[in-house]
Parts: sequence; C-alpha cells; structure tokens
Amino acid sequence: VSINTEIPVRVAKITPVAEKIRRFRLERLDGQPMPYFSAGAHVVVSMHDGDILRRNPYSLMSAPYDSSAYEISVLAVENSRGGSAFMHRISEGDELRVSQPVNLFPADHRGRKHILIAGGIGITPFLAMMAQFSRDNVAFELHYAMRSRTHGAYWQDLLQQYGPQRVKTYFDAEGDRIPLNAILDNQPLGTHLYVCGPAGMIDGVLLAGLEAGWPRENLHSERFLAPPPGQPFKIWLEQSRLSITVGEHQSILEAIEAAGVDAPYMCRGGACGQCETTVLSCDGEIEHNDIYLSDEEKAERRKIMICVSRFKGQQLALQL
Amino acid sequence: MLVQGIKSRPTYRGIAIEPHAKRHIIALEGEGALALMEQKAELTPEILSRCEVLYVPHGSQGQDHELALAALGADIFWQAPTIPTLLFRLKGSLTNAKMGTRLYISGTEGFIGQAMQIALDLGMDFNSIPTEHRGSLARRVQCVHCKGITENVTSSPFQCSHCGLTLLVRDHYSRRLAAFQGVNIDAEEPGTAPDPEELFS
Repeated sequence: VSINTEIPVRVAKITPVAEKIRRFRLERLDGQPMPYFSAGAHVVVSMHDGDILRRNPYSLMSAPYDSSAYEISVLAVENSRGGSAFMHRISEGDELRVSQPVNLFPADHRGRKHILIAGGIGITPFLAMMAQFSRDNVAFELHYAMRSRTHGAYWQDLLQQYGPQRVKTYFDAEGDRIPLNAILDNQPLGTHLYVCGPAGMIDGVLLAGLEAGWPRENLHSERFLAPPPGQPFKIWLEQSRLSITVGEHQSILEAIEAAGVDAPYMCRGGACGQCETTVLSCDGEIEHNDIYLSDEEKAERRKIMICVSRFKGQQLALQL
Repeated sequence: MLVQGIKSRPTYRGIAIEPHAKRHIIALEGEGALALMEQKAELTPEILSRCEVLYVPHGSQGQDHELALAALGADIFWQAPTIPTLLFRLKGSLTNAKMGTRLYISGTEGFIGQAMQIALDLGMDFNSIPTEHRGSLARRVQCVHCKGITENVTSSPFQCSHCGLTLLVRDHYSRRLAAFQGVNIDAEEPGTAPDPEELFS
C-alpha cells in the first residue's frame, strides 16, 4: 500500500550535530518540491543495505512549510538492528527512498499554550512543532533533558532562536531534573503537553500529568518501539500460500517484505495500527509488543501487529 | 419526524468528580442542581474546599435548590440571576484558571451547550468536560436560513422567532453555535407544513 508512493531522494547534506547524532538533508531526485507536512509527522526511510531492505521511521525536524527538502536526525543506537548504523555509514550524494509523511503526533491547535517535553533524540518532532508555533505566534515552552552538553543536539541553536524564556535545558551530567510538578501546576487552562523521549520518561510524565488533574485529552506522547529480537519462528501466510521463517533480528513485517509479499504499514513501531493482521490459527503464544491493541484484544489472540510482535510455538497462520 | 442516528447529537454521560483535580468549577442550571446534590456522599470536605459552584435557578424558581447547594459548604457558592450573567462569571473563572481545574456542567441542553461553548473557546477539550442533562428537553435552535437563534423550542415544526419561516428541528447539532439546526420544511409550497408536534417538553 505505502510502497508505490515512496519518494526517491538524494542525501544533499550530512551534518554532525552532537555525539553519535547526524542530521540529513534529503532532496527529491526529480527536483520537485517535497509535500508539505504537519509538525510532528514522520517518514519511513527505506535503505538498501546489501541484500537487506531496512525501513525505519524518523521524525521530520525541518519546518513543515519548507518544501525544499526534508531533514531528519539519526542517533547511532547501541545494539542497533542495522538501520541507524547504516545511516551513519552513508555519504552525501547517496540515494534513499522516503514514504509520504504520516503524523501520529500532531499538535492540538485548539490549545492556548503548548508544553513540549523532550528527552535526548526525542527533540526531533519538536523542532518542526516549534517552527510552526513560532510562525503561528502561539505560546509554547520547551523543556529539554539531555545526558550532557556534548550529547545534546540543537540546544544552543534553540536557545538562540527562541530565547531562554521559551527554551529550558536540563543536563543529567550536571544533576539537573525537569521540575515537572511545578510546570504542571502553573499552566493556563487549555494548555496541551507533548512528551517524546525514552519510554520511562514518557510514562513518568503522563502519570504525573494525570495526577496533577490534567485531562488525558491534553496529554500527548510519541514512542517508536524498535522491533525486539528473539528466537526465529515460522509462520504461514494463508492468502499467499507461503511458509516463511522470521529471523532473530527480523520483524514479521520485514520477513514478509523480504519474501515479496506487500503488507500495509505506517509507523513500523507498534503505535499506529495500520499493520493489524488477522490471526487465522495460533498454536502457541503471541508476544504482543505493540502499544496499539487493548489488553483484551491481546488476550483474544485474533489480531497481531506484525511490525513489532513475535511468536513462540508450533503454528501461526495469518490472513496475508 | 426526527431523523435517527445523527452523529452530532450530543450525549451526556453524567458528572462524576475527578479525584485528582486541584479545583472543580461546577456550572449548574435549574434541575441540574440535583446532579450535584445526588453525589453528596462523595463530596468530602477536601473536595468541597476546592469547589466553585455557580448556579442559576432559571426554570426551577421557587424549588429552593439554591438553599441545598449553599448548605453543601463549597469554597465558593454563587447564584446568578440569569443564564447570561452566569456565563459571564463562568468565563471569568475559566480565563484565570490553571490546568488541573476541571469543569462540570448540568442543566438543560441549551445551558450545557452555552457553557461548553465558553470552555471550548478557551481551548478545553470537549471530551474532558463531564455533562449531565437535567430538566426540560427544550432545545436552542438556529434557523439555518436567517441564522437567528430561538431558545426553548419544544415543538417541531416551529416558527422561527426572527424570520418567521416554518422550521423542522433536526438532531443535527453545532457545538460552535451551541444550537440544533432548524430547516425550512415547506419551502416549495409555503403553508403546507405539517402540524407542530410537542417533541421536546
């Protein structure tokens, strides 16, 4: 579904930003403008790494109204499955493909004020959001936690661009902590809060928000889960009449794509629900790793999110 | 004559006090007072010390609901003479309120809609505001032709109080206008409208 609308791009510029973080400027091969997007959107980047096709989602960090190119930032992750390591090997002039932009983390434009809470590389969607808020003359504040001054990306630029009233930085190495309760207790009615960063940080901020009496409608988060590794297993694709093996470092979706079967997907991180697949029969245990299905749905074992979930057992047949 | 299944028709799920809220603003009209009184058991002194209750008797004049509300012992109890004066006060309270403040609304649909309109204009999310319908079924209706709003409509069709057209009252609701939509029913042959039915009393 998503495959035919991919956009071929060239890596026009690579900028080292901070320790282990590179920024990529991606321009269309055909010279046409990129589609406009809404702040908070991501693209799925397709990488041909030898015989392996890798697809990873990255938040768009350039200004949403700038159609000359897309910009993403990539952190080299320890124990990378290969995507971020690949992005740290490529050079200017190399070609990639990106999906159409998809937004699972949009700003609520009805808000009177917006609080952005970023941890580490979780800053990227907020770069686009701040550009949009600033242009729309909407009140916002960024609270940005980083490991250290050298690990943190863009904080000097942001302080310079938006000023210390709107940009607050916190460095773990210096013992700083985001004063979450003071922030939550002093916002005008109609404020929205957005958090992007490590899973523990997201959970902590959302819980603190609810405990401070904030409605869940005003609390927003984005987390992408990398497909976790595990023991290889076999699956049966009923419509394609194919039996395939999902490798240790592969997701079901990746294994299906490698076998030439086209399955729908959007976020590839267990969040959006696009790759929901019907389970026809299941003799064993599904390891549901997504945050999309409800606990009841997970217990029923009739649906699986093939981008992140795995299987242990004798037989798993999917409607694909 | 009402078309069933129109999605914009509001539903009211009842008001329940949000335990984590730092402040509660409770806007009540007429029989809406009972929606709060029936929760008296849950209203601990701590919750009441965080409550601002705004009340307008409106259609329940003489029922003395205000005496019962005042006796609850909320931090603030304020009685308004009319709906517009209550809405003015509500706007002031919400404008200065901080996140952690929750709003609750109960009364007739026209009142709930107008109080909701103020909250939405201040950026609050519709789904975060508990509402409870109490009292008459009378509707606040906008004439889609002249844009005039008629309050307390109890029958359909009815005559627009502004332009005089005969209007069919629909379930089609506008949150922005806080009104149901009324559409001319005898446009082709004026005077052939069916007799009014008392649907919303």
